[in-house]
Amino acid sequence: MSDKIRLTTPRRKFLTATAALGGLQLTSPFIIKARGETPVKIGFIDPITGSLSALAVSEVEGAKWTVEQMNKKGGILGRPVQLLVEDSANDTGTGVQKAHKLIERDNVDIIMGDVNSGIAYAIMGVTSDKKVFHIVPGGHTDPITGKDCKWNTFRTCNTTAMDASAVTGELVKRFGKKWFFITPDYAYGQTLQANFVKKLTELGGTWQGDMLPISSSDFSATLIKAKAYKPDVLLNNMGGSAQINCMKQFVQFGMNKEMALGGALFEIESVRSVPKEAQAGWWCMEWYWNQPDVPLVKQFVDEISPAIGGKKPTARHWMSYVSLHAARLAAETAKSLDAVKMAHALADLELPPEVALMPGKIKYRAGDHQLMSDIFVGQVHPPGPGGPDDLFKIESTVTGEQAAGSVESTGCQITWPS
Amino acid sequence: MLQLVLFNLTNGLIVGAFYVLMALGLSLIINLSNVVNFAHGNFLAIGGYLAFTLTPYLGFWGALLVSPFLTAIFGYVIEKLLIRHVYARNHIYSLLLTFGLGFILQDACRFIWGPSPLPLGIPDILSLPITPDLFFVTWYRVFMVVVVIVAVGGLFAFLRYTRVGMRIRAGTLDLDTVSALGVNVAALRSYNFAVGSFLAGLAGVLAAGQIGLNPNMGDDLIMPSFIAIIVGGVGSLTGTLLGGLLIGVASALTTVVYPAGAEAVIYIIMALVLLIRPRGLLGEEGMLT
Amino acid sequence: MSTPLATAPSPAARPWRQLLVIWALLLTVPLWLPLLGGYTAMAGRVLVFALAAMSFNMLLGFTGVMSFGHAAYFGLGAYGAGLCLKFVAASTPLAMLAGTLLGGIAGTLFGLLLVRRRGVYFAMVTIAFGQVCFYIAYKWDDLTGGYDGLRGFTRAPIDLGFVTLDIANNGTLFYFFVLLVFGLAVGLQALILASPFGRTLLAIRENERRARFLGLPVERHIWLSFSISCFFTALAGSLYALLNNFADPLGLNYIMSGNIVMITVMGGMRTFWGPLVGAVLFVMLQDYVSSMTTNWMFFVGMTFVLVVLFFPRGLMGMLKKKAEA
Repeated sequence: MSDKIRLTTPRRKFLTATAALGGLQLTSPFIIKARGETPVKIGFIDPITGSLSALAVSEVEGAKWTVEQMNKKGGILGRPVQLLVEDSANDTGTGVQKAHKLIERDNVDIIMGDVNSGIAYAIMGVTSDKKVFHIVPGGHTDPITGKDCKWNTFRTCNTTAMDASAVTGELVKRFGKKWFFITPDYAYGQTLQANFVKKLTELGGTWQGDMLPISSSDFSATLIKAKAYKPDVLLNNMGGSAQINCMKQFVQFGMNKEMALGGALFEIESVRSVPKEAQAGWWCMEWYWNQPDVPLVKQFVDEISPAIGGKKPTARHWMSYVSLHAARLAAETAKSLDAVKMAHALADLELPPEVALMPGKIKYRAGDHQLMSDIFVGQVHPPGPGGPDDLFKIESTVTGEQAAGSVESTGCQITWPS
Repeated sequence: MLQLVLFNLTNGLIVGAFYVLMALGLSLIINLSNVVNFAHGNFLAIGGYLAFTLTPYLGFWGALLVSPFLTAIFGYVIEKLLIRHVYARNHIYSLLLTFGLGFILQDACRFIWGPSPLPLGIPDILSLPITPDLFFVTWYRVFMVVVVIVAVGGLFAFLRYTRVGMRIRAGTLDLDTVSALGVNVAALRSYNFAVGSFLAGLAGVLAAGQIGLNPNMGDDLIMPSFIAIIVGGVGSLTGTLLGGLLIGVASALTTVVYPAGAEAVIYIIMALVLLIRPRGLLGEEGMLT
Repeated sequence: MSTPLATAPSPAARPWRQLLVIWALLLTVPLWLPLLGGYTAMAGRVLVFALAAMSFNMLLGFTGVMSFGHAAYFGLGAYGAGLCLKFVAASTPLAMLAGTLLGGIAGTLFGLLLVRRRGVYFAMVTIAFGQVCFYIAYKWDDLTGGYDGLRGFTRAPIDLGFVTLDIANNGTLFYFFVLLVFGLAVGLQALILASPFGRTLLAIRENERRARFLGLPVERHIWLSFSISCFFTALAGSLYALLNNFADPLGLNYIMSGNIVMITVMGGMRTFWGPLVGAVLFVMLQDYVSSMTTNWMFFVGMTFVLVVLFFPRGLMGMLKKKAEA
């Protein structure tokens, strides 16, 4: 039996066609460069493929819509904004490569990304090296605005310290001080649990917990342990599919009748994909679309909804929105796209209400470049009268300053370039 | 304490049963065709996703019955179109082919069903625990074990008592002689691949009911399958069966004392097997060199 | 299917023209690459992958042994270099040495276990070992930073006494540094492959049984080849860590292994320079396609399938065949 595919002539044609196509790809950037460089270029790196894709896709949707709206109102410093989206594919090497590409080849003025904290760090290394202004919209790990903070990097979403702090008070008040943790065993999970424990012990609580592999799918062993411990609250710190499965099994085993369920983040993208019984528990949202007391929110929601398939925007959409507008305001305040000037301008700059879209006055703190946004603590529930995205009821709001520790406690020391 | 151990032992057997289902399909394909099907996890995902699409029309039970057959047909087609070209060549090509195929299938799942996780609805009765005491053993888990037992039993019966099965077993030992005896080896390989895909699809439906669907669900499951095969011995289906159960139980029991090490113990077992008895528990020397 | 042993061209006898062309292109990259829409960091990435693939090719193309877990040594090289830079000393040469030793020694030890296995089983076990390394890297997070990867180190400028090479801040200088290391490494590889040892490897590739009957210690040669290949791959890995200022577990897992194999096959696994060509194609493909569409996985997978089915000899292999015909 022959092991060669006898397709010699078509094979040759195929080769030539591919070579031609490849040649075209190589020449096209060259052509675009020649046309002039007036737009303000923003590079957006996110893991559009891979296990975090649901969150990344929301961020990218939010970014694209925001840039469109910005351009209708004159862009940044009177110049149109061009958004260059690159896929980091949940791989650090790729993320770094894309960062180099955006900075060296495409000459972007601003970089945003990544949802994956590890990749966000790696990109921070490149951007601070090359002195490019960088905002991390949705990467949560604490050291980004903590001990690894950099002068050119700002972070929009909360630290685990903020989330833990916001939720703990409410949970203790409503349910009790005896807790059980189910935590993923990596930096983010460990810091999250440590922050919870710190707050809990301050309030005189006791706890037990299990550290599990990140992508665990079976939680029976740890849930058995939890049941035996009889806590007041079970803290589900897992993320992604693991979080979903833990919730499902928690409900399946009937444990929701014996103890309360809570945690830090249970993002709407994940809530949408669990069965009704698992749409429960006490969590915090970094932003939520249904804020009846803040009128500008409804306007924003109504404007963006058609562009994202009729759904309501999630916190991820908002994170992109705020980050992009923050960049714009930084540039306009500094009257320049120079990274150092923009960074100085954005520090402690209070964001206007139509950007903030929440009750409090929010800003990126000068000491650590962390956004001090409001945190909404409340309950997740199955879809209510407000529609399929009516999944959360805000019970209390904690301001960023209240929840975050002092700048010293984060360990951040910003050194500015000379 | 004893109760905890017993709980986890039972749990381990359930998890192990699932690994067995996955690994057997993979093992079948390796044994006969010497092809390591890197895309096996993606076949599992396809089985699950097909069940998701079929459930509104056929209900859960209908989807459970139909989806593995569809996956088997899909596997058959893939084998005939793509995989059969690389049998006569250096093994590296079959590895690369299935590796690339895995990428394509994963992206296809993402493209057709979207990147967000999807739930597979299971009948309500299956969600209930079997007794209040054994609260973590839902009927669904029992159902899973039953299905695996039926499938494995069916597989062994198929291999032992049907003509095709017998030929597959013979082919595993000496394909040249089988061919010389006039058996259509190409067709045999296709059927074998189809059977392997059937098992993957079935595993996919079961997994989907338990952990939901997402495009990279197969990635995490393919490694334990490899390890089950290595531990049990390449070339021996019974070995794979034992290997799967062993790692399932070991993993669950480790969770009792040191939960973070539940994954590690699987690798440790594999390392031990490689050091002490490289051909695996039931593997035969010279099998699959 | 096998080329006659007597006419298998040894790398040292390569037409000088080809060598000249390749080196001329490599040395002038900063000049022509940006014109084509590339960027210097991409070239660095190409060289690193090319080195890894060429090292792997010593095993696959020249000894005929199929390891599908080579990313393990690549990743170990990266971690070795990173850990050295972070905890021991800010010295680039030391880091590279540390990385190379870590990956190389791990491979050498592991090779001892494997040396009697062949074919599919060998491949499976190498995959499994790769995954063990991956698992350790992301579990031992106190040391390796775990899932988030090892960070907090950057490549250090090299102080040669009379001049300091600031490879940390100068991207172009770093590229030339990588090129230098690459050149030395592949030169050494060529020497090894042209030596009697290298010829023996070819003999083993062509017909292992015959080689054994000739009295050649086949297992020992395979083990040595495996070991050498791992050392070079680890060197490539340490360069990767310097390139990214980062080392992460994904550099160890089976997808990276698959990419290395693909690069080798795509370029031509039985030619010396094939993997370099493969690396160019692969990095370019990945770079461009992932910017155009989020369905890049489909295209990459499709490329794998098409290469396996229609271009199994790879690009260089096809060119060589045309030249011989």
